[in-house]
Amino acid sequence: MKSSKSNSRLRRVAAVGTTSLCAVALAASTAFAAGKYDGVKVNIMTFTGPQIAEPLQRRAPEFKELTGAEINVVTVPFSDLYTKLLTDFATGTNSIDAAVFAPQWMVDYADPGYLEDLSGKVAADTDLKSDDIAGFFREFSQQYSGKTYMLTLDGDFHMAYYRSDILEAEGLSPPETWDDYLSIAKSLHGKDMNGDGEGDYGSCISKKRNAQAYWAILSIAGGFLQSKGTKQGAFFDTEDMSPLVNNEGFAAALDVYTESTKYGPPDEINLDVGDTRGLFTSGRCAMTIDWGDIGTLAIDPDNSKVIDKVGAVMLPGSRKVLDRETGKLADCDADLCPHAVNGVNRAPFAAFGGWSGGINASADQKTKDAAYDFFSYMSQPAQSNVDVTIGKTGFNPYRLSQFSDMDTWLKAGMSEKAAKNYLGAIGASLDSPNMMLDLRIPKNQNYQQVVLDTAIARLLAGEIDKAAAMAAIEEGWIELNEDLGVDEQLRLYKATLGQ
Amino acid sequence: MFPSSAKFTEWSDRQAPTLLILPTVLIILGLSIYPLLLSLYLALSRFKLVRGGYELKFVGLRNFKKLLFGSQQYHFLGTLGQISLLEWCLLACVVVAFAYWIWRYLCSGKAGIFGTLGRLITATVLTGLILLGLSVLNAKGFPGSLIVTLFYVFAGVSLQFLIGLGLALLCAQRIAGRNFFRLIFFIPLMVTPVGIAYAFRMLADVSKGPFAPLWQWFGYGDFAWAVDAWSARWVVLIGDSWQWIPFMFIVLLAALENQPGEQVEAAKMDGAGGWQIFRDISWPAIAPVAATVILIRLIEAFKIVDLPNILTNGGPGIATESMTLHAFIAWRTQDLGGSSAVGYMLLFVAVVTCVSFFNFIAQKTQEAGT
Repeated sequence: MKSSKSNSRLRRVAAVGTTSLCAVALAASTAFAAGKYDGVKVNIMTFTGPQIAEPLQRRAPEFKELTGAEINVVTVPFSDLYTKLLTDFATGTNSIDAAVFAPQWMVDYADPGYLEDLSGKVAADTDLKSDDIAGFFREFSQQYSGKTYMLTLDGDFHMAYYRSDILEAEGLSPPETWDDYLSIAKSLHGKDMNGDGEGDYGSCISKKRNAQAYWAILSIAGGFLQSKGTKQGAFFDTEDMSPLVNNEGFAAALDVYTESTKYGPPDEINLDVGDTRGLFTSGRCAMTIDWGDIGTLAIDPDNSKVIDKVGAVMLPGSRKVLDRETGKLADCDADLCPHAVNGVNRAPFAAFGGWSGGINASADQKTKDAAYDFFSYMSQPAQSNVDVTIGKTGFNPYRLSQFSDMDTWLKAGMSEKAAKNYLGAIGASLDSPNMMLDLRIPKNQNYQQVVLDTAIARLLAGEIDKAAAMAAIEEGWIELNEDLGVDEQLRLYKATLGQ
Repeated sequence: MFPSSAKFTEWSDRQAPTLLILPTVLIILGLSIYPLLLSLYLALSRFKLVRGGYELKFVGLRNFKKLLFGSQQYHFLGTLGQISLLEWCLLACVVVAFAYWIWRYLCSGKAGIFGTLGRLITATVLTGLILLGLSVLNAKGFPGSLIVTLFYVFAGVSLQFLIGLGLALLCAQRIAGRNFFRLIFFIPLMVTPVGIAYAFRMLADVSKGPFAPLWQWFGYGDFAWAVDAWSARWVVLIGDSWQWIPFMFIVLLAALENQPGEQVEAAKMDGAGGWQIFRDISWPAIAPVAATVILIRLIEAFKIVDLPNILTNGGPGIATESMTLHAFIAWRTQDLGGSSAVGYMLLFVAVVTCVSFFNFIAQKTQEAGT
């Protein structure tokens, strides 16, 4: 009995001690005053998940516990998100207090003054650990015209993923060029890669219209179009704003894109990213192009059949690039491709730029404060470093500590080798001097999600040929440039490239 | 006092119909005419969101020009191909047929200005649509949302009418369990179109759907209907038909059950066969109802949007986009002017088609029936 009483007391002391330590740690890590936002409700809009919406919904009750603020996550389809937000802000409806969206759309919201300038808050927010956020996201994704309007919650880069076990067994190396990618896809297409006795696919790339597929063609085109560093840009000629979509470089990218369809699932042109991710993690694809999500989805023991069988590399490139003076493809040399490695020009594409939070400037002050504190809470290392290791969040690494601290990845179920490979591919993309920036001029959504997306969908459907697709994109982009003012668009395009 | 009071009563009696009908007229004006006029102004403008509201810039017919001759021509009219000699001959036959039709009307002694004008509009629009169809449906062409919509309308309504009539003829027989079948056939009409679209998406999935083993057994395991333009259009059409056949069925069944039973009995006693009874008794009896139900379906079919939107997202490419979905996608990208222009083109085509059908087919059928 004595012993039992003593044990019981010890357990109580240990429990109280642990609870106190947790409380202190929580208070220290968040510095949020309990009840600070009692009665405050924040409506946050993002796209219909489960990715991105999931961590917001999961963390909302925790935040309410800490501060009293009620976070209401409103979701809409991806194709409606840009317009719904713009309409809500511009018409003065202001039913949305904050949103998690693509930083490339920031220009359309920040310029007319719909977004709250967060520069002061970010500077004063020590818990956010801003210096820990990688420079690209801190200085490009979060800012517009030198002011911070958004808080990064996700780091986005397109990368190429491959089945490391299959490539190794076949004596193949990961792709360096797009020709390599096609040749590997061709050689593995039809091979059973998940042991179910059925032939699987060499390449799975999401190509569905009105979804998030149009970034894939840009990922392929980057290596052909941009070779002289990030400032060169890959969308328009910085002299006269003429689109770089009707030339031999873009034609070569379209060839790769259309040929990859031969080695994909039969309904690939109708697959969204969620579908291709499902196929890849169920072991049905040898390769894919995607954001960082595949790395973490592949280690999900409930849904993945490819745990520790996945490798990631920076987007493949090309030995021939567009010579903008002649408008022709030319072999890489020191002048044309100063950043080439082994003669291969690679342009890792910061597609989308990473889901980030922005706040409606017209919301009332208390709501804006609560929204900022929520985004800050989501981004702080204590939360973020865990969320980026969970596949279903859709959040990928963007903090330096997430690249250096292996423990969280090992705890999440990734082997050290896989973690180093995955983080190494993102890190290499992030550090590349020839990183390709996403388009961030006004109405970029119309350039990409409407004109580019429709033309590419028509090409894949066989409605038009390659030349007609390039002409359609060029015509559409020129029309938009003229509607919005060529000189102004050029000035803003050059500004986003740092020229 | 009395005369004056009587005059007032008389006056108020005369005004009562106007006064009683006025609220309804005002409501209709407010809810129908005003949005119609506003959307016409939108179709002639460029819409832009600005801080605190929106800005409308009058651009004249630019939005229509874009649809018919400009950057959106491929989307609305389609990609035009070369018309072959045979197709030109076919078109010439159509023109001659229309010319003969109008000539007969002019020679009938009943010709009036409106009748002639109506026939000229019908003939011109239908010839134009046939010309467009021939141009975009050949090897080098590709149909836009206008021809795709007409496919859904004419192929869909024909299919729905034939199957609906067939089912109605079956259920009009004195067979066991016919009430059960009536209920079963009627169920799809009660399901929301979005629900039907999702159900069809699942049913038509050849790799994971419930019929996947069947597809694989037939050797179509690797066939994806969603990537082929015509198979995708047919799947949309089948989904739409599945929903609307019950409507045709229930109305035609009611018409069949109201046909004169004595005539049918007498015909049977005289040894008439099933086809003869249908041709000479049933069809004349149900023709006015059939014409009306087709007219209602024609009007409704022009507005198809949920099925192509959910089933195929308008794809592959723009292959399954109806005009309503075209307008919706333009609206979603804030091209409200372009969206309204598509809406007005839809209104024009639907009105010409339905008014022509009503004047030249439905009305004549009803007159013949009565």
